[in-house]
Amino acid sequence: MLQYFIKRLLGLVPTLAIVGGLVFLFVHLLPGDPARLAAGPDATPETVALVRQDLGLDKSLPEQFLRFVGGAVHGDFGRSLRTKRPVSTEIAERFAPTFWLTVVAMAWSVVVGMAIGVLSAIWRNRWPDRLGMAIAVSGISFPAFALGMLLMQIFAVQLHWLPTVGADSWRHYILPSLTLGAAVAAIMARFTRSSFVDILQEDYVRTARAKGLPESRVIMKHGLRNALIPVVTMMGLQFGFLLGGSIVVEVVFNWPGMGRLLVDAVDQRDYPVIQGLVLLFSLEFVLINLVVDLLYGVINPAIRFR
Amino acid sequence: MNDRVDLEEAEGAASTGALASTEVRTPWTEFWRKFKRQHVAVIAGAFVLLLVLLAVLAPWLVPYDAENFFDYDSLNALPSAKHWFGVDPLGRDIFSRILMGSRISLTAGFVSVAVGALVGTALGLTAGYYAGWCDRIIMRICDVLFAFPGILLAIGIVAILGGGMFNVIIAVAIFSIPTFARLVRGNTLALKHLTYVEAARSIGASDWTIVLRHIFPGTIAAVVVYFSLRVGTSIITAASLSFIGMGAQPPTPEWGAMLNEARADMMTSPHVALFPSLAIFFTVLAFNLLGDGLRDALDPKIEQK
Repeated sequence: MLQYFIKRLLGLVPTLAIVGGLVFLFVHLLPGDPARLAAGPDATPETVALVRQDLGLDKSLPEQFLRFVGGAVHGDFGRSLRTKRPVSTEIAERFAPTFWLTVVAMAWSVVVGMAIGVLSAIWRNRWPDRLGMAIAVSGISFPAFALGMLLMQIFAVQLHWLPTVGADSWRHYILPSLTLGAAVAAIMARFTRSSFVDILQEDYVRTARAKGLPESRVIMKHGLRNALIPVVTMMGLQFGFLLGGSIVVEVVFNWPGMGRLLVDAVDQRDYPVIQGLVLLFSLEFVLINLVVDLLYGVINPAIRFR
Repeated sequence: MNDRVDLEEAEGAASTGALASTEVRTPWTEFWRKFKRQHVAVIAGAFVLLLVLLAVLAPWLVPYDAENFFDYDSLNALPSAKHWFGVDPLGRDIFSRILMGSRISLTAGFVSVAVGALVGTALGLTAGYYAGWCDRIIMRICDVLFAFPGILLAIGIVAILGGGMFNVIIAVAIFSIPTFARLVRGNTLALKHLTYVEAARSIGASDWTIVLRHIFPGTIAAVVVYFSLRVGTSIITAASLSFIGMGAQPPTPEWGAMLNEARADMMTSPHVALFPSLAIFFTVLAFNLLGDGLRDALDPKIEQK
């Protein structure tokens, strides 16, 4: 198990190195001169030259890359052009709200999605299935930002039950996490249903029924556990969706997280912040997928790690 | 795969009797026979066709100019006979804007996925057929593209290229490439060891012929299904980018951009946000239902259940 983990971790290195390289090149792909961008529109040529030296942009590309990697390993991504504060500080402040928002959204959407999926599979082609799948296909078709605006309009503006924007208390988390998780719950429901339908036709399920086990036990013990394997894979993939989706949802709810920081940074061409965030988002996503892979072993002992 | 079709044809012939003997069963008619049983998908498909027609004819259909007509007498007006979807805070007719917006959203959805599917399929066929270093390089590129979660890749590309709808389409196209590449590669790997491909090679067919004439047709079904589902996702992604201010800019009547504009006036005129939301929802829903129907019609496993 440990060996497998290390092997997988090493396997990530080339991917992450290329991602890092791309993020590094990002500054050089931007239209215009980054030094001029950093110095501001009114800067004299002398100031621009100074800034260029300060940012290390006068050195050769490989040298700059080494500097970038060296900094990144120590969590140093330079300073924000807008606030002049270190990028790592900017991101650190915004990390927790996004993290918790994603976790809460993932938690409810997995539970609800799987419940709908299982119930739909049990009552296949009857009304609970039809209803569940109608909700699910609507869920994947309704854009998050529109859903967020709708929920905010109903529960915050009209009914005054919940706060509109901000992230101060647990009540602030309800609407954004509902918005963010809706699509994932829908995808999980569809996916759970199809994998559960397959499993209910397996021989071991028929055996369990034949030996007189109550249906609830058949479903919980023989069905659910085996259905979890593909569902967990899907969960890993959906985490990426959530991380991306959080960007849009944070804009709707004015959430003080990394997504809104990214949108603001793109808006103001604050490229050191963009670099840091893109790298962090990717790293997070890749690591989550690794964790998901390891979870297989816990759920299904039949899978041997090699 | 051909065996299965033959078998089903045989069964179909037995049950329909004389009909089958006069009618030639091609894969196309076989697909149609299964597809038209999916009533929801047929309706969704008809709706998509209607949308495309509306989008094409929009400039001649709109009652008012979508960007430059301002009805100052009925600012924020609710839907009425004169303005079907009401009027926005600047006095523009929302129905006209939604109709013109359909051109942008459908173009963004279709073009970006078409480009993504084309490039992705080409890469997938190459990677799957030639294997070796070629496969490894292409799949490594896909891994890298996959390492960017959700629309982050699209945002990164827009950050480099700058905002605007054209760049959004490019960004969403690149975002679609790796999924198609992986899908087609998987299918290619499964197909290339089949006997009929072996047979084609043994009579001296070139790699080019084998890939294009013998392997590519086998991957079409999967690509078509995925295409339809992906158009829905791409429309949402493009609208999301416009919503966060990176795509179409006001006064362009792009649905996501319209919603972003409507956000400021949610308190006073929520109907301004309602119609773009519904437009996106029904359009994407239609593509998703169509995709589900296509999958059920094209997947040979479904009928056995």
